[in-house]
Parts: sequence; C-alpha cells; structure tokens
Amino acid sequence: MTVGSLLIWALVIGLALYVTRAHPEAHGVRSARWLIIGGGVVFPTTVLTALLIYGLMLIPELRATGDIDRRIEVAGEQWWWRVRYPQENGEAVELANEIRLPLGERILFRLSSPDVIHSFWIPSLAGKVDMIPGRITELVVEPTRTGTFRGACAEYCGASHALMNFQVVVMEPDAYRDWLAHQATLARAPTAEQARRGQQAFLANGCGACHTVRGTPADGRLGPDLTHVGSRLGLGADALPNDREALIRWIGHTGEVKPDVRMPAFGMLPVDELAALAAYLSELE
Amino acid sequence: MNERNDDLPDEELEAPPARWGSLWLLTFGPGIWAIHFLLCYVTAAVWCAKVAGRTGLLGDASLLVGLYTLVALVGIGLTGWRGYRQHRFGHADPPHDFDTAEDRYRFLGYSTLLLSGLSFVATLFVALSVVFIETCE
Repeated sequence: MTVGSLLIWALVIGLALYVTRAHPEAHGVRSARWLIIGGGVVFPTTVLTALLIYGLMLIPELRATGDIDRRIEVAGEQWWWRVRYPQENGEAVELANEIRLPLGERILFRLSSPDVIHSFWIPSLAGKVDMIPGRITELVVEPTRTGTFRGACAEYCGASHALMNFQVVVMEPDAYRDWLAHQATLARAPTAEQARRGQQAFLANGCGACHTVRGTPADGRLGPDLTHVGSRLGLGADALPNDREALIRWIGHTGEVKPDVRMPAFGMLPVDELAALAAYLSELE
Repeated sequence: MNERNDDLPDEELEAPPARWGSLWLLTFGPGIWAIHFLLCYVTAAVWCAKVAGRTGLLGDASLLVGLYTLVALVGIGLTGWRGYRQHRFGHADPPHDFDTAEDRYRFLGYSTLLLSGLSFVATLFVALSVVFIETCE
C-alpha cells in the first residue's frame, strides 16, 4: 500500500513538473483529453476497484469466528473496562482495565455494555467495534508481535470518556499462561504492618461493597476487581500511573481525577489511612 | 429535445424553453445510487436479523441486491444517455461556459453525464461487497 501510494505520488509530481518545467507550452487538445480520461477516470477507477476487491477479499478471513483459540469478554462501563477470561472449567477470571493476549492466537472479543454505547478500539491491533447495551458485538484479533499497545473508548460516552483507556500487553504464550494462572489466584494476605492497616481500612470503609478482592470478605461487583490491582500498568482505566502517590490521589480526589466518576472520593480519611490503603492495594500484585 | 437541432448552426437552433434549465436531471444519477445503497443495506440488515441469523449466509438477499443493481445501472445509464444528448445539442464543445440558454442546457447535460459515470461506478462498488462478503458475520 505504501509503495503504491509513493508510486502514484511520484507520478503526479512528475506530471506536474513535466507540464510546468519540461514542456510549459500549450498541449494538443487530443493528448490533453486522453490524459484527462486516462489519468483522471480510467486509472483511478481501476486502482480503486483493485484495492476495494483486495480489501473485500480480506474481510471474511478477518471476521471468521470458526477457528478461535480463545475468547475474552469485555464490557465497557462508565468509565472503565470489565474484562473476563473464561476458563476451561467453565469459570472466568474477572479483571479490569488491562488486557493481556498470547502472541499468535486468534482471539474472539465478545463486547457488551451495561450502560451507554462505548466503542472498543486498539488502534495497533484492530478496527473499532461498538459496545451496545443489550447486544453482544464481536471482534477477532490475532496479535503478531509482542509489546504493549494502547486501547481506548472511541465513542463519546459521558464526562470522562477521554479517560476511559486501557493497555493491551501481547505476551509469549507461556508467559501469558503463567500470568493468567497468577491472576486466577486469590489475593495474597498483606505482610507489612501498614498494608495490614490498609486492608482493615478497606473493609471498614465499605470499599468491598463495590470492589472484589478475592480471598477476602470484599465481594462487590459494581466496580473493578482489585484482587491483583498492584500488578496493573495503570489506575482508573489508565487515568493515572500505578504507584502509591497516584493511589492516594485517586482514593482521596476521585472526582477531580475523573469527573462524574461513580466512585465517591474518600478525601475525608486521615492521611495515614489513605497511605495505608495505598500500601495495601500496591501489595495486591 | 428536437433531433433536427443537432445539424443546425447555433444561431438557427430553436431556443430551449426555460424549463430546460432545470437541475433535476443532475440529481438522478446520485439519487439512484443513494436509493440503491439504502435498499441494499436495509435488505441485508433485515435478512440477517430476521431470516439468516448472525452467522447465516446472505443467500437470496444477494440475489435481491443483484436485481437492485441491475435496475439501478439501467436507470443511471438512461440518465447518462439523456445527459449525453443534452451535451451534444447543437455544435459546441465543453466547457459550455457561455451565458446563453443553449450553453446552460449543454452544461447541465454534460454535468449529468459525468455524475452518471460516477454514480455508475459507485453503485458497482456497493454491489461488490455482496459478491465478496457472503455471510452476515
């Protein structure tokens, strides 16, 4: 495609130079007419038809859902991503705001939304597909190289639409299996004293009403699963980096970071309690 | 249009009536393309939603699209032919840019012809998608 574009560009520039520099005098009516019909009608129509046919021939293969290696369910919610990895035993590992994929496998994304229309888009890997309330849309992706790619919501969905992003990590299949097995495990108990206080604060302040930390009494389903939140690359659907300072800012000033977010800010908590919460969540790797 | 006019010099032509300056013929080509596009889209959508299902084949819907395409191409062809006749009225070459009723008439015919060509190709492009994408997926 790039080579073709360059050839056409060179041809157009060459013709422009030919008529303005090499032969600036008036050209015959007949030759000019043939140039207009040939270069302005026949040539672009032929090239565009060839490109269209080539593109259309690729589509059935890209959309085929028959030979899928793996399914991942993603729900777009104001303004984060609920990601479920169905397992062979029928259960699913639910994570959030980050997607990991094994290299070279065909993956079927099943996309949905419980609230408004979102659009799931990983520009480097595939085209965008709308997530429509009441429907399941599908997207097939086959990553061909490892790396970290940015994903985003591509349909305006409310005040914090621009802060509804995620990262996609394409990993070697073995590393992916290890990662997913780890993500399926229960949260590890806090070890440091500050983190233990953080866990008590987490439960005492009702965080578990909305968030799940598997292996603890926190089993809320409204917000993102936090069982391994410390291992993620970003916070609040990639609105902040994932470190303790950002966690404190997120918990204490949630609405300032992400306008209209449903999670209430806990800025009323003492500073050391916020720091303990951040320590606890950071340890959940 | 009077066929005899083709052989007469401009000054002896019958002056075209005022209605010959109408723009309606220009809209026929793109209009047929738009209606064809809408019909194809709605037919495929209804077929996939109500008959074939998400993974079904387009089947008879593609026959219907073929029929729409045939009718649309004939309509666009006739419009283009009518535009060509208008363009060839009397003796004058493009760009038909004199401020006279005759030249306006020729200009509208020429524009109709070019737009019909564009609409013809665009209609074929719409139909091509049904040829290569045979399922509702």
